[in-house]
Parts: sequence; C-alpha cells; structure tokens
Amino acid sequence: MKYAGLLVMPAGFFLCIAAILLFPASASRNAFVVCGLAVEAMGLVVAVRGHMSGERR
Amino acid sequence: MMNANGVLPFYDPRFGLTLGLLLLASLAPAGVALLNTGLGRSRSAAQSLLGCLTMIAAASLAFALIGATIADGAAGAGHVLLIFGRPWNWAGTGPLVLSGFANTPARAQLGALFEFLALALAVLIPWGSGADRLRLTAGAALAAVLAVVAFPFFAHWVWGGAWLAQLGANFGLGAGFFDIGGAGAIHVLGGFSALAVIWITGARRGKFPKEGLATAMPGHSAVYILFGCLLALVGWMAFNMAGAVLWLDAAPAALPLTAINTLLAASAAVLATFIITRVRFGKPDASLCANGWIAGLVTSSACASLTPPLGAIFVGLVAGIGAPLLVEFLELAASIDDPSGGVSVHAASGLWGLIAAGLFAPQPGQFLAQLIGIATLLGLILPIVYLLFALLNRVVPFRVEPDGERIGMDLHELGGGAYPEFVVHRDDSYR
Repeated sequence: MKYAGLLVMPAGFFLCIAAILLFPASASRNAFVVCGLAVEAMGLVVAVRGHMSGERR
Repeated sequence: MMNANGVLPFYDPRFGLTLGLLLLASLAPAGVALLNTGLGRSRSAAQSLLGCLTMIAAASLAFALIGATIADGAAGAGHVLLIFGRPWNWAGTGPLVLSGFANTPARAQLGALFEFLALALAVLIPWGSGADRLRLTAGAALAAVLAVVAFPFFAHWVWGGAWLAQLGANFGLGAGFFDIGGAGAIHVLGGFSALAVIWITGARRGKFPKEGLATAMPGHSAVYILFGCLLALVGWMAFNMAGAVLWLDAAPAALPLTAINTLLAASAAVLATFIITRVRFGKPDASLCANGWIAGLVTSSACASLTPPLGAIFVGLVAGIGAPLLVEFLELAASIDDPSGGVSVHAASGLWGLIAAGLFAPQPGQFLAQLIGIATLLGLILPIVYLLFALLNRVVPFRVEPDGERIGMDLHELGGGAYPEFVVHRDDSYR
C-alpha cells in the first residue's frame, strides 16, 4: 500500500508539468496544477495509511 | 588585485559581507544538532551528536566529490533537454572534485559554500527523526546519498538557474520558483527524508503499543533544546540574508528587514505554540515551544526577504499554530514516531513558507511557480528519496538490533555513554 501511494505521487508531478506545457491559458493551467497536487496528496495519504497499518500490526 | 589567471574574485564589496554571513550560517546546523540531541534520550546523546558530525562529514565529502558537479549553476550552464520546444536545464556541468574551484567567479564560490552549509543542515533533519534507532553507518550512508542525488539536483533546479528557476522566463510564472533561504531545498527535502527514514526504520520500541495511546518519550534535555533554538536563530538570520544576496540580488540595505522578519516569524510562532500548549495542557510545553520556534524560522527561510513585517508575523503565527497540532496528529493518528519533529516542523512549515512566498511576492503567476516547486518536492523528490533509502537499507541496515535499542545507542555503538556518572532510564521506566 505504501508503494502504491509512492507510485501515485509522480503521476501528480507529471500532471503539473503537463499543465504548464500544454495549457497557455491561466485558468485551465491553474486547475490542472491543483489537480496534480491533489493526486500527490492522495498518494501521500495512501502511503501514510500503509505505514500506519504496518506500525499497529 | 587579479589572481594568476586574471580573474577578479573579490571585486564586489558584498563578497566579504556574504562570506561573513555564511560563516554565521554554520550556527544553524549547530543549533539543530543540539535540538536533535536534546529531543532524543540520554542513553543516545553521544551517538546523536557524533552522528551529526559524521553525517555532515559524509555529506560534505560526497558533495565535493560528485554532488557539486550536478548542483553547479555557473552562468546558467547545464544539461538541457528540449521538451515541446522549451529548454529544461536539469543538471549542472561543473567539474568533478571541485577542480579549478579557486578560479571560478566569487559569486559561484559563495553559492557553493551556501550549498555546502545548506546540505549540512538538511542531512541533520532525518538524523533527528531516526533518533534512538538509526545506526551511525546508516546515517552517514544516507547523508552521502542525499549529497549525491537528491540535494544537488534540487539545488541546481532552484539556485543554479535551471528549470524551476526559469519557470518565469519559460512559462511566464512570476520570477520562477523562489526558495531564497532554503525552505524547499533544505527543510522540505530534509523533512521528506525524515519521513522516508521513519517509514523504513519504524517506530522506537514500545512507542506504539498494540492497545492504547502512543507512549510519551520526552526529550532528555530541555536546556539543549532551548539553547539549540537560540543558536539556530543566528544561523537562520545569516542563512536568509546570505540567500537574499546570492539568489535575489538584494542590496545590503535590504538585509536588516530580512533579519527582522526572521526574528518576527520565529517570535510569532513560538508565542502561538506557547499559548496553544498552555491552553491544551495547562502549562506551556518546552519541547513543543522549541518546535514552534523552529517552525517559524523554517517558514522565514522561504519568505523573510519577500514579506513586510506584518506578513512575517502572520506566516510565523500560522506555523506556530500548525506545528504542535501536526506533531500530535502525526504521532497519534498517523503512527509516525518523529522525535525531533522533522516532518511536522521542517517539511510542513517549509511547504507553508513556500506557499506564503507565493502569496506575498508581487509578480503575477508567482503563486503557481511556488506550487510547481512544491509538486516537484512532493511528487518527485519524496518517492525518489524513499526508493533510494529503501535500497540503501538492504545494503546498510538502518535500524539497530533490538539489544542496541534496549541498552541505548551510546553503549551499543560507542561503548560508552554521554553521561557516565548519571543513571539512565530503561524502557521499563516508560510503561
């Protein structure tokens, strides 16, 4: 589970990079960067939950 | 006066000022080393301080041999990829082993010294979080890995004129990613490394029992902790002022405000933490107040040169409120055993400081540039650091044997304690 979370996080990073490359307009660019950060945050939460289950076992 | 190669290394009167500031900046690692030691247990105190020395030594050597090559940003040179017609400078092209360093321009020399000191501070953060169970050899090895891979790349991207610094020129995002005092390259990187170390080593023995709340394992010396905070203040002021000169081209007249903002951010943070712990526990908590102080300093690393004094107070206040709550949340809700608060204090406050820098910077698009920098740290640097540490753990096991944890890291790794005349606690004392 921890590894799954850590694999999701680079996807968020590449989403942010794609946003600044592909969208010149600031509204869509901002939205995609925020989405990328949300994906990274989701990956972090999954990784933390994976760690929690391991510690309490 | 020219040197043998006709280079004028000392032409700028700011050279002496910046060099002096950088010498004072070395007090920041000293303060963090004291904090790490005080927040750990007495039976691991000598190992903790010796670990700080060995980690700085290993990191400095590795950076000098290889890392500085990647981090080098002289004249914006570097390995460049063209993606969608845009240049992406991703690595430096400096000489190996700092060859020819004496003949490089004065500014590049000072920049390299700043990076050496930044690295020395960054590697101490995971060491504090792995206190009481992380082995000395593992600490030195992970410091070398940080010095060769994670830190040089990010330092080049931010301070070497590479793609993060060029977000403004290439994509119209403000003036590019701002990280003047190292909130990202030092504190968020160090904090994420701390998280990776905690994930790999696990919690200290008895920290999270199968039933009930987490066990409190207080630091052994409030004096070390609080004196470390005072040392850190001087170091942080110097770091922020030196960063402003080097990376923001700030005039000397702008530096007093940077120092004052650093002090204001720390002051607002520590008072906020003081009040919160006073309200929650009935009395202020010394180690949490120290965490609040450092959290304020960490946020100032990002924005002390950019905010007005009132802004610095606001930024510090938020950090001071957030730090103790996050320490508690990470320990009780996320099972993260972080004795020195590397994740909650350095990583989280560093991220908040980077966001605040985007809020206070006058350039349009700066906020988005800051978000891209944060996305890089969270989405790229953290997974890479974890992967590298996980691989390293297979070669050099991070966690000490159970017996070592039971008798203390001092006796196990050094053969003698830091306080040979004192009686030290065993694990049973905490249950």
